[in-house]
Amino acid sequence: MPTTVIEPCRSLTSVNLRELWAGRDLLRLLTLRDIQVRYKQTLIGVAWAVLQPLVTTAIFTVIFSTFARFDTGSTPYPAFVLSGLSIWMFVYGAITVASMSFVNNATLVTKVYFPRLLVPISATLALTLDLAISLLLLVLVSIYFGVEPTTYLLLAPIFILLTCILAVSLGIMLSALTVRFRDVKFLVPFMLQIWMVASPIFYPLGIVPEKWRLIFAINPLTGIIEGFRSAVFGYAPDWAVVIASTVSVAVIAVVSLVVFRAMEDDFADVI
Amino acid sequence: MIAIRADKLSKTYSLGVGASTLRDSLASMFRRRPTRTTLRALDDVSFEVEAGETLGIIGNNGAGKSTLLKILSRITKPTGGRVELHGRVGSLLEVGTGFHQELSGRENIFLNGAILGMRRGEIEKRFDEIVAFSELEKFLDTPVKHYSSGMYMRLAFAVAAHLEPEILIVDEVLAVGDVSFQKKCLNKMQDVSQKGRTVLFVSHDMSAVTRICTRAIALSKGSIVQEGDATEVVRSYLSSNLGISAEHDFSADANAPASEFVRLKRVRVVNEKGETFGSLDIRGKIGIEAKYEALQGGQILLPNFQVFNQDRVQLFTVQDVSREWHRREKERGEYVSTVWIPPNFMAEGSFFVNFAVVTYLPAMRIHFNALEAVSFDVVDSLEGDTARGDYAGKMDGVIRPILDWETSFNG
Repeated sequence: MPTTVIEPCRSLTSVNLRELWAGRDLLRLLTLRDIQVRYKQTLIGVAWAVLQPLVTTAIFTVIFSTFARFDTGSTPYPAFVLSGLSIWMFVYGAITVASMSFVNNATLVTKVYFPRLLVPISATLALTLDLAISLLLLVLVSIYFGVEPTTYLLLAPIFILLTCILAVSLGIMLSALTVRFRDVKFLVPFMLQIWMVASPIFYPLGIVPEKWRLIFAINPLTGIIEGFRSAVFGYAPDWAVVIASTVSVAVIAVVSLVVFRAMEDDFADVI
Repeated sequence: MIAIRADKLSKTYSLGVGASTLRDSLASMFRRRPTRTTLRALDDVSFEVEAGETLGIIGNNGAGKSTLLKILSRITKPTGGRVELHGRVGSLLEVGTGFHQELSGRENIFLNGAILGMRRGEIEKRFDEIVAFSELEKFLDTPVKHYSSGMYMRLAFAVAAHLEPEILIVDEVLAVGDVSFQKKCLNKMQDVSQKGRTVLFVSHDMSAVTRICTRAIALSKGSIVQEGDATEVVRSYLSSNLGISAEHDFSADANAPASEFVRLKRVRVVNEKGETFGSLDIRGKIGIEAKYEALQGGQILLPNFQVFNQDRVQLFTVQDVSREWHRREKERGEYVSTVWIPPNFMAEGSFFVNFAVVTYLPAMRIHFNALEAVSFDVVDSLEGDTARGDYAGKMDGVIRPILDWETSFNG
């Protein structure tokens, strides 16, 4: 028979993995719920997940191939933009949805106990459907523009995994901060705007002077997007940039968990 | 064997700390001594529950019941002390938590089951039982937003009732639904305890507590004030002054409400038999009695009660207009006046009574008015013979009389 001990404080770094694993059914159901609810309430449903990246890609293509041209090497610009956008839109969506996940599930948090981490994680996981759709679009667009797959493509899952870790981590941290500080709700969209411009989404890292690139790579999206592109379009990644960004993802993940643990216990009282 | 052991549990809330702004937090970091008001919701609470026992927890609003349940169900952390729980814990602080309006009944059964801690296999195994218990076979694929509130509750309780933890924590789940469904729920809870599982039950429904629970604890202001056999704890809770003061004795009080003509000695609320009672059945007569002393003879002293509900709405003012006394001078000495509120007249809830003594002739004079001298609760035990009939949900209105009806059939 399991014994539970309830005491004032646990250590900040311990995450109860056994409990998370026991909550996997709930995680699956919460994720399914988020997906179902999101598409049930919209008129054209899943079409949104197709239209959004396509239209944005078209707009960027019109702007940046007519007015300001970037040197994207042999990569066709629409495929180039779509590869960056797929990653960005997932991170953007996940942070937006996850940061509000506790506030939106306040009744759940104040009435029943379950591993709290499941809330932001499921909110993020629900968006992987959109990510999958935009990646599928990327495949179609790449085929259309005659991009040939190479062995580098085998690296792509690693970058997608890094994207997921990054999105989940930031979602976890911001969801906890939003419970405590409602200002975060206003801060997040603002930070996301800046972040979008600071990431090589519609421009290549090549336009950044060589000596600044590693500093740019502190932004985890730099390494992820650049690495992902090299995998999709078949050239060797800039390993220094990729490694710097990976370290950055790891740091963010650890900090997020610590922040979350520090605030988790008070959720029901302050929400 | 012990199922729950709570040891010196305390919970302190810092008031005014809720979802705050960054600015406030930054500012308080630089303040030397943060001025902080705290509220001690639970203070040094220790108790043990044997496996298989059904423990009732009673107390007024604000006594700490909800805080205790929230700690035991791990929704919030204590600030001091510790609890050991031996066995899987299921808590029902509100049925239907996590139901999503857009999802169908079927989908919600799985989601809600998982939220309450059931594994997928368990839910699948019990699915048919849950559906049968809820009596909602026909509506399983309808989104719950189209359910009536009764249907919603039935589905929610059906899921919760089939949760089979070793320790079940239940709070006021029976507040909604029709009488027959409430009976069904109570029976289900009795079954659970007969299977050797431990149940913690918090309710305002004293008759349910005595029926289901073997033992009870009464909380007041965050501490345990009584512990023992459920029937005894409930009885003494109802008749005692745990927050609700059905009796106020001023006789030894130097500042008792008084004038040079009259002095208040005691006010109390009594049942039909004349016993002091703080919690009265809606079907019985309710007496409000005042004992006062005329200090000088020759005055017309009229006792006057004003009755308010918990929203401080004044229900009525009543004064002695009886032939016998309303224009008669009182001679020196002690008087006891009782006014009787008829059965099936008051609504359920808490009531406060002011008591005044007034004189109108020859000139108007209010000798004193003792504000909120006593308070009492009116309860409906939902046996179907009150103004509620078979309805068990929230009922509005400041009074709840049973009135005469005439219905004719015109063909």
